Amino acid sequence: MTHESRVRGRLGVKVPALSRVEGEGGLEIVVEDGKVAQARLDIYEPPRFFEALLRGRQCAEAPDITARICGICPVAYQMSACQAIEDACQVTPGEPIRNLRRLLYCGEWIESHALHIYLLHAPDFLGYESGIQLAKDHPDIVERGLRIKKAGNSLMAAVGGRAVHPVNVRLGGFYRAPAVSELRALVPALEQAREDAAATVDWVAGFGFPGFEQHYEFVALRHETDYPITGGRVVSSNGLDIAAAEYDRHFTEFQVPHSTALHSTLDGRTYLTGPMARYSLNYDRLPDDIRKAARQAGLGPACRNPFRSIVVRAIELLYATGEALRLIGGYQPPDPSAAEVSPRQATGYGVTEAPRGLLYHRYTIAGDGTIADAKIVPPTSQNQRAMEADLKDFAASRLGMPLDRLTRECEQAVRNHDPCISCAAHFLDLRLVDSGERGARGARPEARRS
Amino acid sequence: MILVIGIGNPDRGDDAAGLLVARRIREITAPGDVSVIELIGDQLGLLDAWNGARDVYVVDAVCSGGPVGAVYRFDAADSLDARFTHRGTHTFSLADVVSLGRALGRLPVHLVGYGIEVETFELGAPVSAAVEAAVGITSTLLAAELKAGG
Repeated sequence: MTHESRVRGRLGVKVPALSRVEGEGGLEIVVEDGKVAQARLDIYEPPRFFEALLRGRQCAEAPDITARICGICPVAYQMSACQAIEDACQVTPGEPIRNLRRLLYCGEWIESHALHIYLLHAPDFLGYESGIQLAKDHPDIVERGLRIKKAGNSLMAAVGGRAVHPVNVRLGGFYRAPAVSELRALVPALEQAREDAAATVDWVAGFGFPGFEQHYEFVALRHETDYPITGGRVVSSNGLDIAAAEYDRHFTEFQVPHSTALHSTLDGRTYLTGPMARYSLNYDRLPDDIRKAARQAGLGPACRNPFRSIVVRAIELLYATGEALRLIGGYQPPDPSAAEVSPRQATGYGVTEAPRGLLYHRYTIAGDGTIADAKIVPPTSQNQRAMEADLKDFAASRLGMPLDRLTRECEQAVRNHDPCISCAAHFLDLRLVDSGERGARGARPEARRS
Repeated sequence: MILVIGIGNPDRGDDAAGLLVARRIREITAPGDVSVIELIGDQLGLLDAWNGARDVYVVDAVCSGGPVGAVYRFDAADSLDARFTHRGTHTFSLADVVSLGRALGRLPVHLVGYGIEVETFELGAPVSAAVEAAVGITSTLLAAELKAGG
């Protein structure tokens, strides 16, 4: 049979791996008796280094240090760090500071989602090798994406001091509150971005999506009134409803042999965080016009097809541009620009919604104000098991495909969740291994540096 | 306008090479003659950073398996050097950004890249001696090129 002969062959697709700083990816699909027995995703996870680096440093340094973890979502790390340390120090900044933080975070969602939609994910749906190839044929479309991204970067620069690794964030708030005029100057670009985001929703809604739905347990924040970004309780589609301080009682991280990144379970179960989870658990928190746009884009109140995550991301992009404009419209500079945070010996917890999902921080602060212990759980780490489950189920019905197409579609299945290693157009070494070969070849996927 | 852009991460050992060259150039060129930018993180920012500049020199770390401290030079008018195709997490390589800029018609008229072969990206590590020396060599070469061009 064609199917079996393909599965039994030693198959490998070599593609450039990430090499600059962090990020290696490998994928191994194990086939036994013609069925997918296991799908393994190997991810290198940089934040582990930072937990050690944080120990012994003054707690006030945490926002600056953690901002270095990711060049795309530094604000998420800063916000979770601030929230956790302020929790330990029993400080709750006032609404003007909370709103300014939310505005800064909107900038990050905008630039991150625009990057992923246009340059990393859309090419998969349109049959292009990369965003560069897409740009050659459709420069106007890619320019639209870059324009949206730039609006997000400008917002981050105006509030955060600069677009990458913002320097204006501090415990309690900001070193300097931007002037009203500085933020009002962003309005034309953000209005254009909102218009572009609406066009983005229309564009991605027209893509073709494989008929593939998963029974995820979604995990996201849920706020009393708002679509969650900077705070809320941790909830799940199976009924979890906890405060950040209870996170460690329910979520367990553990090592697996085939990955350098810790896996995570919720009371022993695989779960998914990120845009699909946020959307599906907080549809009722979206404004009417955004819900209408979602319906017109073919989304219901929940989305369980991971390939449609690009539509969800576009809806969140539209929401974030509008939310940024709303916050700027009501902006008055907080005075003082930061609440006083006096270190105390305690443990604090923070959870915010990074563009790719839940980002948990926990800090134990010593009596001298230094960090005695730190724990950071990024969304990509949390989503590994769900991504592997996606791959296993997705590949199961596609083993008859030519290998190059299967490789492409499996990569797309991973990129659905915008993992931290998916920055390259291609990053995976896909290997199909039948059970008879495993002993000789080992179980660890081959991640390569280019 | 003549623009020098150093790319890198100051907290990742040798990855700071491009930034260090940019700082040297800032010190040794006359104010006003050359604009110098340090770019940390997302290299897509290059498209906006060099917008409006005619002559642009980009300096970046390279990891191609060559001898540590080797200095490479390429002209964007020629085919791109494969050594510049490395990527960071969520970021595009310099070669990618040049290709994207070309596709979008957003390349400077004159774009030159300098690359320094590096070896360590350890968090918090110092710049290695070989790369430190290469930073000096690259700065001298680039300063001479700027002077000749000016």
